[in-house]
Amino acid sequence: MRTRRAVILGLGGTAGALAFTLGLGWWKSRNSAQPGAGLLPLPVADMSFNLSNHRGNPVQPADWIGRPTMVFFGFTWCPDVCPTTLSDISDWLADLGPEADRLNVALISVDPERDTPTVLAEYLSNFDRRIVGLTGQLPEVEKAAAGFRAKFEKLPRDGDYTMNHTAGVFLFHADGRFASIIDFHEDRRFALPKIRRILT
Amino acid sequence: MLSTLLTLTAPAAFACEIFTVGDLSVEHAWSRATIGADRPGVFYVEVTNAGTTDDALIGIATPAAGMPMLHETVVTNGIASMPHAMSIPVPAGQSVKLAPGGYHGMLTGLTTALNEGDSFPVTLTFEKAGEVTVNVEVLSLRAEGPDCEHAGQ
Ligand SMILES: [Cu+2]
Repeated sequence: MRTRRAVILGLGGTAGALAFTLGLGWWKSRNSAQPGAGLLPLPVADMSFNLSNHRGNPVQPADWIGRPTMVFFGFTWCPDVCPTTLSDISDWLADLGPEADRLNVALISVDPERDTPTVLAEYLSNFDRRIVGLTGQLPEVEKAAAGFRAKFEKLPRDGDYTMNHTAGVFLFHADGRFASIIDFHEDRRFALPKIRRILT
Repeated sequence: MLSTLLTLTAPAAFACEIFTVGDLSVEHAWSRATIGADRPGVFYVEVTNAGTTDDALIGIATPAAGMPMLHETVVTNGIASMPHAMSIPVPAGQSVKLAPGGYHGMLTGLTTALNEGDSFPVTLTFEKAGEVTVNVEVLSLRAEGPDCEHAGQ
C-alpha cells in the first residue's frame, strides 16, 4: 500500500542517472542554480555540534565515528513526513535485523523548543528502539544542520507554527565519510541497498 | 462531548468500509494516533471517480479538530513543506489518494488525543458531488495505511 511517488521517474535520463549515482535524488539535480549547490554533507569527523540524546546524554559527532551512521532531521509535531520517515526507518532496521545494531541511527529535532529529550523519548517509543533522538540549544542544532548542508525554517501557521526541513535520510560510512542520501520521494526499494553499502 | 463521537472499540478494518456519493467512492479513511491533543492529527483517504465528469475535493470538516484543512506535502530542493491545498482534483475515471508523503488532511486543534482503535467522522466536500461523511479509523503512529486485502476489492 505504499503510494509514495517515485520522483526519480520524473527526472530526465542523464540527470536522473547522475543524481541516482550520487545518491542525492532530485535535490542535487534540481538545485544546481541555487547557492551552495553541489555542496556535499561534511564528513562526520569535520562536523561540530553538542546535542543531547533522548536519554539526556551528550552526543558529539566524534561519538559516531567507528560505526556507520544514518541521520535525518524532523520534529515530533510533524504529522506527515516525520512519522512516515520514522516508520520507513523502523521497517528498514527490522529488515536488516541484528546487522542494523551496528548503525548509529539519529533523528535530529529541528524544533528543540518543543522537542525536549523527554518529549523525544515518548515519541520515539512508538518506533524502532534503535532510533536515537537528538535535541539541544538552537545554535547547536543549526551547527549540526550546517554540517549536513541541511536546512530548516520555522513557519507561523494558524496561530501556531510548523517547520520546513530537509527531508532526506543521510548515510555515512563507519569512518565518517558521506555515503548517500535516501530522498523522501525516492522509490523505497533503493533504500536497503544504500544502507547495506554503509554496513559493508 | 467528543467522547460520544469516538467509539473506543471500532470493528476490525473500519478503514476498509466504502462510502459513496454520486459517482464517487471513498475508502481507506485512516489516521495516525497522536500523543496528546496538542500535536496536529492527520487524515488519509482514497477517492475514486467512476463518472465521466471531473470533480475535486474542496474541504473537510470533523468534530475531532477545530481547524481541519487540506494540505500537500511537497519536497523542493530536498526541503519538505506542507502548503494548503485549495482543491484536490478527482478526475473522471481516476483514483486520488491522500496518503503519507503527499496530500493529507491536517487536523489542527484536536479536541482530544487520537488513540489507536478509535474512530471519528470526517465530512468531505466535493465541488460537484457534494458532501459525504466517512468513518476514520485511527491506526498506530507507526502505521503506513490500513490492510484491506480481505475487503474484496
Ligand atoms: Cu499538513
